[in-house]
Amino acid sequence: MKSEAIVSDTTQIEARSVGKKYGKFHALRDVSLGVSEGEFLSLLGPSGSGKTTFLMMLGGYEPVTSGQLRLDGQDMTTWSANQRGFGMVFQGYALFPHLTVAENIAFPLKVQKRSKAQIVDRVAQMVEMVGLDGHADKKPKALSGGQQQRVALARALAYEPKVLLLDEPFSALDKNLRGQMQEELRRLHRELGTTFVFVTHDQEEALALSSRVAIFNQGALQQIGTPAEVYERPANRFTAEFLGDINILSLAGLSDAPIELPTNAAAFDTLAIRPEHMRLATDTDANQLPATVRDRVYLGSKSRLLLETRAGEELMLYFDNGPGVPPPAAGTELRVAWNTPDSFAI
Amino acid sequence: MRAFLFLICPVLLFLGASYLLPFLGIVQLSFTDPDPGLAQYSRVLTEDLPTGVIWRTLRLCVMVTAVSVSCAYVITLLWVRGSPLVRSITELCIMIPFWISVLSRAFGWLSMLSNRGLLNTWLQDMGLIDSAIQMTRNEFAVVVGMSHYLIPFAVFPLATAMRNVDERVLTAADGMGATRLRIFWQVFLPMTASGIMGATLLVFVFSIGFYVTPALLGGGQSVLVAELIYLWIFQIPQWGMAAAMSVVLMLGVGGILYVLMRRYGEMAK
Repeated sequence: MKSEAIVSDTTQIEARSVGKKYGKFHALRDVSLGVSEGEFLSLLGPSGSGKTTFLMMLGGYEPVTSGQLRLDGQDMTTWSANQRGFGMVFQGYALFPHLTVAENIAFPLKVQKRSKAQIVDRVAQMVEMVGLDGHADKKPKALSGGQQQRVALARALAYEPKVLLLDEPFSALDKNLRGQMQEELRRLHRELGTTFVFVTHDQEEALALSSRVAIFNQGALQQIGTPAEVYERPANRFTAEFLGDINILSLAGLSDAPIELPTNAAAFDTLAIRPEHMRLATDTDANQLPATVRDRVYLGSKSRLLLETRAGEELMLYFDNGPGVPPPAAGTELRVAWNTPDSFAI
Repeated sequence: MRAFLFLICPVLLFLGASYLLPFLGIVQLSFTDPDPGLAQYSRVLTEDLPTGVIWRTLRLCVMVTAVSVSCAYVITLLWVRGSPLVRSITELCIMIPFWISVLSRAFGWLSMLSNRGLLNTWLQDMGLIDSAIQMTRNEFAVVVGMSHYLIPFAVFPLATAMRNVDERVLTAADGMGATRLRIFWQVFLPMTASGIMGATLLVFVFSIGFYVTPALLGGGQSVLVAELIYLWIFQIPQWGMAAAMSVVLMLGVGGILYVLMRRYGEMAK
């Protein structure tokens, strides 16, 4: 990752070796990345990985203890949140409970001392944009979680910030509403062209929404890339295991099997293959590995097979429950296969 | 559950015997002494002395409530949001008066404020004033003494409200560029409104029935309702008048409580 150029013509925000220490504890160390204008970047990681700390530092809500943050080529490390002027959607929304929807959205505009007429226009526009027509005079408590989320979005976007930061905005919503709000967020991003930086611990959400994903673990940036890049070519074992399911085989156990290794295998000691890239072998397949079925889980259109190799390593693959062919039962000896380009050494 | 309801009967019996029965006696007295009828009530509500005392009581209690709740707001702010050192100092300042009886506190203020008290002596010694300023035996002293007693009671509802304020809301306002002054007036203060309401309710209702502090610090110059009732019972016996005044006080406090509680209930929603 370090060798990759992080600055390009469209870079809007740049982090240079940014770190955060609380006393002796490193919450975040040495994060360098660039965010392009109009990008949708997700910061993904388990809790305590430093992703929210990084977002708060981007927004100016947490002081940076080492490194530098730049905005459009200027050093913004010491700027206050207000000077940076980013929109922010807090976890739990942080709406003003005593103000109506319209007053909540108008608050930042009043702070900016815009004219009354301008404020009224803009508030009406925002209320419509997030689909809250008819709710403008309600207090946040009278709204559902999804509606409160919309108010928070409208308030953060009201003053047309160049960058919108979102801290786990959907974590409090149920699954259906989540999907709906994700769609909404994609639409807003498309329509506005604002840069979105989005913190989540939900990998599906990150892959579905973002143009790029930055993966954090234990206070360090693990990998940054498009969803396809990070999923299909994880840089390390953490990323591989954190995103989706993965089969991991030790290279030592494969030395006598007829297997073609990926080109970078010499430098590493494990081979990784996504379950969906593995299948039951036919005689013509190149990479074949014998295994025994340990368990079978029926999932409707598919069955999930849990296998064990001769070296005692566990594998998982999906079997399509097509017409006529029953999935192999527990105890069956079989061979699995994959295409070399789908495997990678880590 | 219902089977165990009888267990609270002793309490009900005790309250009935010690409060309700005597109170009914007072109600009876108010309609019968010295003559049967509503004469006592019409005198209490029309004569200059009782109406003057009622108005003075209301006026003073509103002042005391305003002073107590505003002071308590500042103190609570320090207690809840100050640095650890400020917090522990404030906590002591809130708790210590709680352990001192109302009588001692009233005498304390007397020795502080009276004509030959500490404050007047200091001011004279420093040459700031020539002769003592009258600071006791007037409404000023009553407001000071009563507020001092009631401030801690206002602190607790305020503290609860302030602790419930979501820090992120303040951070959000700050991030939008709101000044500290705007955040306080337009965000923090309205978000603690329910606490202000609760504190007001508590202090006002307490203050209306105050006896010791106004009697000592007012020095007979600013008689409040409770003191007037005392006078009508022990000094210039007119028990019917005292009883009627008690009933009026009781109904007045009940009515104010009812209205404020409803308002408070709406805010808490």
